[in-house]
Amino acid sequence: MEFFERFALPHPDPMIYASMVAIVVVSIAIVAGLTYFKKWGYLWNEWLTTTDHKRIGIMYLISALLMLFRGGADAVMMRIQLSSPEMEFLNAQHYNEVFTTHGVVMIFFMAMPFVIGLMNYIVPLQIGARDVAFPRLNALSFWMFFAGAMLFNISFVVGGSPDAGWTNYFPLAGNEFSPTVGVNYYMWALQISGLGTLMTGINFLVTIFKMRAPGMKLMKMPMFTWSALITNVIIIFAFPVLTVALLMGTLDRQFGTALFTTGSGGMDMYWANLFWVWGHPEVYILILPAFGIYSEIISTFSQRNLYGYKSMVGSMVLISLLSFFVWVHHFFTMGQGALTNSIFSITTMAIAIPTGIKIFNWLLTMWKGKIRFTVPMLYSVAFIPLFTVGGVTGVMLAMASADYQYHNTMFLVAHFHNTIIPGVVYAMLAGLTYWWPKMFGFKLNERIGKWAFWFNVIGFVLAFFPMYLTGLDGQARRMYTYSESTGFGPMNMIAFVGAGLFAIAFILIAYNVFYSFKHSPRNIGDDPWNGRSLEWATHNPVPAYNFAIEPEVESSQAFWDHKQKKHNLFKGKISKIHMPNNSGIPIIMAGILFVFGFSFVFSIWPAVIIAAVAFFACMIYSSFENDQGRYISEQEIKETEAKFGGDSK
Amino acid sequence: MKELFPIKQVNGFIFSLLLTVIALSVYFMDMSFKVGMTILLITAFIQAIVQFVLFMHAGESEDKRTIFTTLYYSALIALVTIFGSLLTMVWDMM
Repeated sequence: MEFFERFALPHPDPMIYASMVAIVVVSIAIVAGLTYFKKWGYLWNEWLTTTDHKRIGIMYLISALLMLFRGGADAVMMRIQLSSPEMEFLNAQHYNEVFTTHGVVMIFFMAMPFVIGLMNYIVPLQIGARDVAFPRLNALSFWMFFAGAMLFNISFVVGGSPDAGWTNYFPLAGNEFSPTVGVNYYMWALQISGLGTLMTGINFLVTIFKMRAPGMKLMKMPMFTWSALITNVIIIFAFPVLTVALLMGTLDRQFGTALFTTGSGGMDMYWANLFWVWGHPEVYILILPAFGIYSEIISTFSQRNLYGYKSMVGSMVLISLLSFFVWVHHFFTMGQGALTNSIFSITTMAIAIPTGIKIFNWLLTMWKGKIRFTVPMLYSVAFIPLFTVGGVTGVMLAMASADYQYHNTMFLVAHFHNTIIPGVVYAMLAGLTYWWPKMFGFKLNERIGKWAFWFNVIGFVLAFFPMYLTGLDGQARRMYTYSESTGFGPMNMIAFVGAGLFAIAFILIAYNVFYSFKHSPRNIGDDPWNGRSLEWATHNPVPAYNFAIEPEVESSQAFWDHKQKKHNLFKGKISKIHMPNNSGIPIIMAGILFVFGFSFVFSIWPAVIIAAVAFFACMIYSSFENDQGRYISEQEIKETEAKFGGDSK
Repeated sequence: MKELFPIKQVNGFIFSLLLTVIALSVYFMDMSFKVGMTILLITAFIQAIVQFVLFMHAGESEDKRTIFTTLYYSALIALVTIFGSLLTMVWDMM
C-alpha cells in the first residue's frame, strides 16, 4: 500500500473526485462503444497508425478543441471565483492549480496543436505536395504531443496539478516551495510535447524548402505557407532552449543540483531568463500562422490580391528576428539596470513597426474590395481593431519605467489575452471555418456561426476590458480573492458575465459542428469560397494523394489565375504515385514515452529504465525496417478521380 | 591531373591541424586565463568555419544562399541570446 500512497492527491476536493469518476466513466464508455460497434480495427488502421498529413492534422485539431474546452472550463472557474469579493468557490491552493493549468493547457495543448494542425492539413496542399517530407516523423510528432498532453491532464487526479504558474518561476517551482510532484508533471509533459514540436519544425521546414510544386518560387508561395515557414524557423531556434531549461529544472528537482536555487551558487533568475528566451519567440510561433490565415481569408473574401505581398513577407522575417531580441521585457522588474531595460524597451517597441505594416496591408487589401461577410471574414475583420488595442497596450507595457506600475497586475493579463484571443483564437476559428469544407466536404452553418461570432466578440470585450481598469487600479494577477473595500467587485462581475457569453459562443460552435454535420448540403463543389491558392484546386474532401497530377504554378495566386487568366495548372498526365505506408511505431513510441514521463514524475526508476530501453529498441527497429512505401496505381487514381465526377482535369 | 588533386582540401587540412596545434599550446604554455581563453575562442571559430566550408562543402551546392543565410541568422541569434543574458544577469545587475 505504501507504494501507492505517492499517487494520492495532496489537496483533495470533492470536485476533483467527481472528475476522477467522470474520467473513468467516459473512458469505459469509449472502450465499450468501440468494442460494441467493432471500430477498433478502423480506428487503428485508419487513424492511429496513419502517416497521412491530412489525418494527422485533423487529429491535432480534435485534440486542440478538446483542450480548448478543458482550458476554458478552468477559465470559467477562475472568473466565478473572482466574480465577487471574498468568494469561496475555490481556495487559494486550487486557484493556483487552476490558473497554472489554464495557462499551460491553452498555450501548449490548445494553441500549439491548433496552429500545427492547420499547418499539417493546409501547407502540403498549398505547395502542391503529396505529403510532408518525413511522414512518419510527423506521426511521431503528433503522438508525442498527445502523450505530453495526456500526461499533463492526468496530473490533477494522480498526484496533484502543478501550481507554480505557467511560467513556473524558480525558486517557487523548486523543491522547497513546491514539494509535490505537480511541477515534475509540468517538466515532463512539456518536455515530451516540446520535442514533438521541434520535430514538426524540422519536418515542415524541409517540406516547404524541398517539396514545392514546380514553378513555385519562394516569392510565389501563398501567405499562409510563408507564415508557416517563418514559424518553423522560429520553432527550430527557440524550442531547444525550452528543452534545456526543462532538463535543468528536472535536474534541480529530482537530482539535487543547484542550478536555479537561491543559494549554493545557483541563480534563480536564470530560469526566468531561459524560459523567456524560448517564451517570447513562442508568442510569435502562435501569432505568425494566425497572420497567415488572416491574409488568406481577407484576400479571398475581399476578392483582391493581397496588398503588399513583399512587405508582408519582409515584415514577418523582421518579426521572426526581433522576436529573439526582446525577451527581457517579461521581467523588467527583476533587478537589472536601466541600460538593459532601455535596450529591451526599444527592441520591443520596434516590433510594433512590422506589425503595423501588416495591419495596413490588410486594410488596403479590403479597400475597394467586394467584401463578403462570411464567418471567417467576420473574425478577420473583428481581429484588426481588437488586436490593435492589444498591440497598443503592449507598447504601453514595453516602456520599462511604466512597467513597474503595470507589472503583475490584471492590466498585463488583459493585454496578453487581448492579443492572443483576437490574434490566435479568432484566427484558428476563422481558419477552421474557412478550411472546414476542404476537410469534411460540407460548410459549417453560417447563421449559427454568426451567432457564435457575436457572442464571442461581445463576451471577449466584456471579459477582458474591465481587467485593464482593475489592473490600473492595482488588482494583482494570480490573487485568488480580494476584499470589498478594493472596489474591484463590479468590474469583475462584468468580466464574469463576459466569460459566460464567451462560454456560450464555444458551446454554439460545438453545436454548429453537430448541426452542420446533420443538415449542411454536401454538393458544394471543390471551391466553395472562390479561393485563390492551390488547396482549392483539388477535390473535396481531398483524396489520399492530394493531387492526381502535380500542379505547375506561375503566380502567387495560382488557383485564382488558373480560373481568371486560364493558367493551366495541370499539364502532366496521371501516373502511379508513391505514398508512405502506415506505421504503428510512432504511437507505440509515444506510449512508451508516456510511461517514461509518468514514471519519471514519481521517480520510479526501474520503470524509467525499462521504458528508456524500450524506446531505443523502437528506434533501432525503425532504423532496420525495410519500408519502401507503396504505389497507388494509375488505374486506382483514375477510378478515384472518376468518383469525384471529373474528367481528372 | 590538376582537377583531380584536391589542393584546397589538403591546404585546409594542414591549416586545421595548425589551428589545433595553436589551441593545444594554451595547455602546454604558461599564460593568463584571459589570453588562453581568447586564443581558444578565436581558433575554435576559425576551425568551425574551415570545417564548414571545406569539409562540409557549404557553398558548393545550389542552395548556397539558404545555407549561408541560415548560418548568419543562427550566429546572430546565438550572439544576441548569449550577450543579452550576460548583460541582463551579470554586467548590468544592480
